[in-house]
Amino acid sequence: MNRMKVDEEEYWHSSKFKAFTFDDEDDELSQLKESKRAVNSLRDIVDDDDDDLEKFSWSGEPVGSISWSIKETASSSSGAFEGRDSGLQKGSSAYTTFPKPVSSYSLSSFFKGRHVAFSSTALSETGVKSYAPELRRPKAEYKDYNSDWSPKDTVRRMQKGKICSLERFRSLQDKLLLLDEAVAVHDGNVITAILIFMKRTLKKAILFRELEVRQVALRHLIHFLKEIGEQKLLLDLLRFLDRMEEAALTQYREHLSIQDADKRKEFLKGCVGLPFSSEDAVHVQDHYTLLERQIIIEANDRHLESAGQTEIFRKYPRKASILNMPLVTTLFYSCFYHYTEAEGMFSSPANLKKTFKIPDKQYVLTALAARAKLRAWHDVDALFTTKNWLGYTKKKAPIGFHRVVEILQRNSAPVQVLQEYVRLVEDVDTKLNLATKYKCHDVVVDTYRDLKDRQQLMVYRCKVERGSPEEDKIDGILSSSQIRWKN
Amino acid sequence: MAAHLSSGRVNLTALREAGRRELREFLDKCAGSKAIVWDEYLTGPFGLIAQYSLLKEHEVEKMFTLKAGRLPPADVKNIIFFVRPRLELMDIIAENVLSEDRVRSPVRDFHILFVPRRSLLCEQRLKDQGVLGSIIHREEYSLDLIPFDGDLLSMESESAFKECYLENDQTSLYHAAKGLMTLQALYGTIPQIFGKGECARHVANMMIRMKREFPGSQNSIFPVFDTLLLLDRNVDLLTPLATQLTYEGLIDEIYGIQNTYVKLPPEKFAPKKQGEGGKELPTEPKKLQLNSAEELYAEIRDKNFNAVGSVLSKKAKIISAAFEERHHAKTVGEIKQFVLQLPHMQAARTSLANHTSIAELIKDITTSEDFFDNLTVEQEFMSGIDTDKTNNYIEDCIAQKHPLIKILRMVCLQSVCNSGLKQKVLDYYKREILQTYGYEHILTLNNLEKAGLLKPQASGRNNYPTIRKTMRLWMDDINEQNPNDISYVYSGYAPLSVRLAQLLARPGWRSIEEVLKMLPGPHFEERQQLPTGLQKKRQHGENRVTLVFFLGGVTYAEIAALRFLSQIEDGGTEYVIATTKLINGTSWIKSLMEKLEPPPF
Repeated sequence: MNRMKVDEEEYWHSSKFKAFTFDDEDDELSQLKESKRAVNSLRDIVDDDDDDLEKFSWSGEPVGSISWSIKETASSSSGAFEGRDSGLQKGSSAYTTFPKPVSSYSLSSFFKGRHVAFSSTALSETGVKSYAPELRRPKAEYKDYNSDWSPKDTVRRMQKGKICSLERFRSLQDKLLLLDEAVAVHDGNVITAILIFMKRTLKKAILFRELEVRQVALRHLIHFLKEIGEQKLLLDLLRFLDRMEEAALTQYREHLSIQDADKRKEFLKGCVGLPFSSEDAVHVQDHYTLLERQIIIEANDRHLESAGQTEIFRKYPRKASILNMPLVTTLFYSCFYHYTEAEGMFSSPANLKKTFKIPDKQYVLTALAARAKLRAWHDVDALFTTKNWLGYTKKKAPIGFHRVVEILQRNSAPVQVLQEYVRLVEDVDTKLNLATKYKCHDVVVDTYRDLKDRQQLMVYRCKVERGSPEEDKIDGILSSSQIRWKN
Repeated sequence: MAAHLSSGRVNLTALREAGRRELREFLDKCAGSKAIVWDEYLTGPFGLIAQYSLLKEHEVEKMFTLKAGRLPPADVKNIIFFVRPRLELMDIIAENVLSEDRVRSPVRDFHILFVPRRSLLCEQRLKDQGVLGSIIHREEYSLDLIPFDGDLLSMESESAFKECYLENDQTSLYHAAKGLMTLQALYGTIPQIFGKGECARHVANMMIRMKREFPGSQNSIFPVFDTLLLLDRNVDLLTPLATQLTYEGLIDEIYGIQNTYVKLPPEKFAPKKQGEGGKELPTEPKKLQLNSAEELYAEIRDKNFNAVGSVLSKKAKIISAAFEERHHAKTVGEIKQFVLQLPHMQAARTSLANHTSIAELIKDITTSEDFFDNLTVEQEFMSGIDTDKTNNYIEDCIAQKHPLIKILRMVCLQSVCNSGLKQKVLDYYKREILQTYGYEHILTLNNLEKAGLLKPQASGRNNYPTIRKTMRLWMDDINEQNPNDISYVYSGYAPLSVRLAQLLARPGWRSIEEVLKMLPGPHFEERQQLPTGLQKKRQHGENRVTLVFFLGGVTYAEIAALRFLSQIEDGGTEYVIATTKLINGTSWIKSLMEKLEPPPF
């Protein structure tokens, strides 16, 4: 059936549907097209024999939520849902208390009688206004097809979603009146639409100047420019307003959309020196330096890895590139693959530590985690060993040895390694807790011995394996006559 | 389905029905068979208004999610897009429409339903893409306030807080005002309006203006609400940052409740024997709806989690006893009686089984060491201990790379409880965060600063202790089992926002003028004139009804606290709650984070 053809003819030969337009758009062609479309859809209602258009059942529908149905209907036919709708529920009584709208216009009631006597008001009247009488407006206000609307009327029409021609507002003063009217009704949608019009028809300098004294509108324009990504104009505006820090951050934000590492680096380089707050300026500088280093390290390591000559890369192939990783992750990477390198090398942990002023605590934590992962216990040991000027060695941990133990344990260090550090935990209770938890029997036994706590030692004896060296050790201590037990 | 909406003091079914009617009217405009293409975000909120059956009655035969490319085949006359007014969605629609024309075969009509409203900007975009002319109906569906429960309405506008307090965009306030006008059209003019905060002031102004501009028909409905209280979220930035400790609050903190539904790990819900659901795949998360239609849930949702266990075990005994009854049923009449009760008993048993499983899941988490440590730090901050120095636990969490949102939540909490951090402390946290999580988070930290969540202490003054003491925000003796104060919802901390509501009802804000001045934004009172016939003559002992509107979001714990106040004997006030969005600390902070591009791998 060539529906289109027939309807097209009918459209051109009849004028009775003329009033049925949704927008008073300036663009005449699209208006016609729309009407035609509308007519097509209307025909179906008119011809439809279905009398059930007004039917609605106030049923409970326990199953069949919308999101669930999307999946269902997308795959199968809709027949499957019959029977899921259960009967009426309590709610029906509530319905009767609901205030009926004065005019319950619906399309079907219009067309049943083949009256085509409706103006554009009828359609816009349905919707929220029909049950919200307070929002309804007197009919007299609909002076349709009058093209000479005041700013107030124009804004009202726009609020209702009708596209109006703003070109009539030629003088700056008219445009500003229009804008002020929109701001007064707080409708962001309309404000933005007018701002777009002004942005298109006004010189930048004038637009900026006028918005500076109209803060609400100004905020909407900034939000809009962000939304559509008009970076350049946005930056110009912020600079004009002397909001330098915001402008700097806005510019900096743009790096996120640059995928290529080299281009991103260059972009960040351009951000260094922008008027950030003093703390942020340091961070942005560091961000740039870090990416610069990462690019060098990445190129070098990719090469090493593919050459296949370096043991560490063969044994532990890299899971991902180091580009754009946070500083601490980079440090971990460096401690993992480049631990022994001299400070002169960009990829060395020492160099990173120095360049970015990484605090001792942070450095030790990261290095420990990396070396423990490689089970390089010697390195772990060296990390906490300090020599004083007499050449004596001493163990020191800026993070506290209980943390060291936890990290080692997480990397499944053997008991021999673990107990060495448990022993170094200063707080006795913590030490006992950790030693018991990780089965460092020696430490537990020695600690109880030092505490001269015979009872606890006897209790612990029951926990260790029968005939184990630990048991022997406990027995030895218990039978010693040298110790003056406190209990 | 909607029974739970009529259970409260105000029958919110009317609001839901209004929404359904509007939807039907729109669907009927597009005559013939239809397919709906959904902006996925909208399916949740719409589910609270209508089920698929309603759409089906109006010839909706297929439903798809909005995706780029070509629309799936469907032998229907109309394609209707249900979308939020967003530019990126317009681009997808344009792509759909354009690729459709090339196929040619059956001619389908296109329509768009904008939710919650049309946008000139979007229509312009469609025009630019050359498809505006192909869209027949473009309408708006003002889903401003969606009824969630008998006493709860939400606009589900996820970006409302960000727009209002970061970008100063008042569009969502405009919607809030419109939603309130609709509400007044259905439930009568609200005679008294109180408010605190800049946004509250704006909404009240808009309401008054709208009323003046549409005097068309006098509202002749007897007012249901006595008072409207508008509260800015930024008056109380503290509360959402703390971990909620009510049952519902914890479910939301841990699993996230979306439009009254929660998705849970399926393991604990595996059907024990021949369950009604048949063979359930244990890989799919278990989806449950949570609202007051479920008797048991209504009873426990607002309790402190520590009080939930005893209720559940009590219920278990009652149900077991009820099932035991069958042995005593001797006569045919008794057996019949028993059989009649069976469906109800079975439903109760299922409900009990579900909540026992959920409680177990939550317990696993609340008994963990990390949860305890985190809570300890929060409570220290809220009671004013050590808020002015760097916190070891936060430091440890950063070192162990706990999720960034968790870190931000704690740091912000500390900042708010100290009226801003000392510059040295703030700089330290910032550096640690940027070095560990990436420098690009400078942007997020700046957003938090703009929103007032994370800031340097101005002029070295800390107002929080005064506010805490005057408003009794920290209570040392709390009763979690049988609470006597709202502070039970955070096991010690009484939400500031709810205290404001409580003090307004009794003895009035005049008693706390000094503190009100310390909180941001103006406080005000407005009266809306009622025709003489509609002025309320309150029966002796009848409670007042107050609508509390949280602009920028509300947490489940705050809702629980207000419900607690509604239920107090001689409380004198019952509360209905409205908000722009149901939030928790995590979803809230997330909405303020700069959207970072996903890493390239």
